[in-house]
Amino acid sequence: MVRSSTSISHSFRLIFPQGDYIERHRRDYGYRLDHFERKRKKEARQVHKRSAMAQKALGIKGKIIAKKNYAEKAQMKKTLAMHEESSSRRKTDDNVQDGAVPAYLLDRDNTTRAKVLSNTIKQKRKEKAGKWDVPLPKVRPVAEDEMFKVVRTGKRKTKQWKRMVTKATFVGPGFTRKPPKYERFIRPTGLRFTKAHVTHPELKCTFNLEIIGVKKNPNGPMYTSLGVMTKGTIIEVNVSELGLVTPAGKVVWGKYAQVTNNPENDGCINAVLLV
Amino acid sequence: MDADTESMVEKSEIINNVMCLLTDPDGTRLGAPLYLPQNAGPQQLNQIVNKLLNNEEKLPYAFYISDEELLVPLEKYLQNKKVSVEKVLPIVCQPQSLFRIRPVNRCSATISGHAEAVLSVAFSPDGRQLASGSGDTTVRFWDLGTQTPLYTCTGHKNWVLCIAWSPDGKYLVSGSKAGELICWDPQTGKSLGNPLIGHKKWITGISWEPVHLNAPCRRFVSASKDGDARIWDVSLKKCVMSLSGHTLAVTCVKWGGDGVIYTGSQDCTIKVWETTQGKLIRELKGHGHWVNSLALSTEYVLRTGAFDHTGKQYSSPEEIKKVALERYQTMRGKAPERLVSGSDDFTMFLWEPFINKHPKTRMTGHQQLVNHVYFSPDGQWVASASFDKSVKLWNGTTGKFVAAFRGHVGPVYQISWSADSRLLLSGSKDSTLKVWDIRTRKLRQDLPGHADEVFSVDWSPDGEKVASGGKDRALKLWMG
Repeated sequence: MVRSSTSISHSFRLIFPQGDYIERHRRDYGYRLDHFERKRKKEARQVHKRSAMAQKALGIKGKIIAKKNYAEKAQMKKTLAMHEESSSRRKTDDNVQDGAVPAYLLDRDNTTRAKVLSNTIKQKRKEKAGKWDVPLPKVRPVAEDEMFKVVRTGKRKTKQWKRMVTKATFVGPGFTRKPPKYERFIRPTGLRFTKAHVTHPELKCTFNLEIIGVKKNPNGPMYTSLGVMTKGTIIEVNVSELGLVTPAGKVVWGKYAQVTNNPENDGCINAVLLV
Repeated sequence: MDADTESMVEKSEIINNVMCLLTDPDGTRLGAPLYLPQNAGPQQLNQIVNKLLNNEEKLPYAFYISDEELLVPLEKYLQNKKVSVEKVLPIVCQPQSLFRIRPVNRCSATISGHAEAVLSVAFSPDGRQLASGSGDTTVRFWDLGTQTPLYTCTGHKNWVLCIAWSPDGKYLVSGSKAGELICWDPQTGKSLGNPLIGHKKWITGISWEPVHLNAPCRRFVSASKDGDARIWDVSLKKCVMSLSGHTLAVTCVKWGGDGVIYTGSQDCTIKVWETTQGKLIRELKGHGHWVNSLALSTEYVLRTGAFDHTGKQYSSPEEIKKVALERYQTMRGKAPERLVSGSDDFTMFLWEPFINKHPKTRMTGHQQLVNHVYFSPDGQWVASASFDKSVKLWNGTTGKFVAAFRGHVGPVYQISWSADSRLLLSGSKDSTLKVWDIRTRKLRQDLPGHADEVFSVDWSPDGEKVASGGKDRALKLWMG
């Protein structure tokens, strides 16, 4: 027993709070004989009770219970995984990986690496014979009346020499419009593009690159000079941000790409890089 | 105007004198200040210096006035720079190497053989052998005469990250990403004993004990990502000492000529260790980010040991030791060993670890991290390679900025000096090597040819060849 003298018990009583009669009783007289048995049974029954409750509960209460159970389960899974990790012997990264880099580059993060293409892949040159071997070898011919819309001019709208281009165009940064009297072809500002989504076929990644110019429109040289971009057109794009280098160590600036979609319908230009 | 023309006339009639004070690079005077005629140029000064120093064989010198090389007669210099003729003109004489190394300008061989990127190449100290380590887990020895593969050494479990020749050329040690080191015999291409195991992570650097301290080379030190440096003994085939104290990866290790070890680490400090008991002597603090590279003023002499440009071979270890000690002492002079460290904080520090634990100079100017620093073989210059696509040249004694070499279009990974300190080689991510002329401070030669990034370059100590290896798996040899 704890108490040895009355004076100490007296002072204890002063310090102890009022609502501890259960603890005090237990301290003085011990637990009920069947206490632990009852406790075990109650705990064993608890899971069934809770599951019954979880199945029965509706509305907000159901939601709260479901959320709690879910959190518990997730926590349990995490703990299990953690224990698993400490006991199981994993294979270390002993196997030799590709893409060896020297010691001074090992700790550098390679986040920029995905964008900056490897030169060896890049610099593969196709044979001369395959000069016109482009991804889209045949294009649908586009008739003139599909390409242009006639704009009637003059006071009585009788003159019909003016044309409006109905396809996507590229207009260089230094372009100034001619006076309306001399402007035969109008390239609407709404259909002008300065950027293209260019896919590298070997690396399977796409970049948003600036257009430098239109190299060739297969429908005719006039469209090439007008800068019209239809499906199959070869455009020149600015690849300087890809970090490609020529064998002589100069940065590659412009590369050709072929348009693969119908820009006038889609509102954007998709292209594949010609390598 | 009249007065000016008059003075010009006067000058052309009688030769004016100017008071000059000739000093050596350390600042000691060669003699009392002299009156020199103003039409004296570098050639005349050369004769005077050789006479003053009583040199038996005439040595070439370069002359510097306030860190600028004198190439014209004194008279012209004084006119161009508008320097007062009444003051004493201090002229610093730099001894130049007797031999000249031809700049490399062509690729003599492209040898394929490695199945993965070539991560390190190194010529032996006498320049007669070449070894390379690669990502295909092999070390290869190459025959320089026929330019063909000689031995393929397998044994590593992972990428071979660094290799180092012993200064007497008898051993080659390679360290891998798996953390083991293997010692190879260059004559047979066989490994000497089992791999040396102890490091828990990959090896970042290896440095041998200088041959003038210990005649047959036995000990070397390796640095690892796990934060330790370990001293190994080749003949005992075990780790002698472990130098631990760095809290992060050790990036670079150098065994100094005075028998101390310098380690640079990612925990921003440089530690100096003594080698008998492995105690920490000094800690050099100052960098704000990882220390990437260390360079010693005597590094080239320590690397080549007893071998010099004459190609003389030595038979006994004692002889090698004696000659190496002589070479080291002439190289070092009276000045203490200097250390340069390049860091991720874009700056470099010049230290004199035996004198002061604070840096002598801070060298700023790079706009990206400094990946590699290297002292010229005569200790006069420091070159630094940076990821900002430039190579910069600094004065090796004062740490002052001298010149920037621009021309690469990608990060510069590694640099290497020619043995006469007149040319500098740099290898870059842009797949080219470039040779820079120190005197004119211009690009001397552009060496394209690699198909991908150049990871490692080395200029052979005899100056004949350059070897480079990179991501395109080919080893290239370049010649003059």
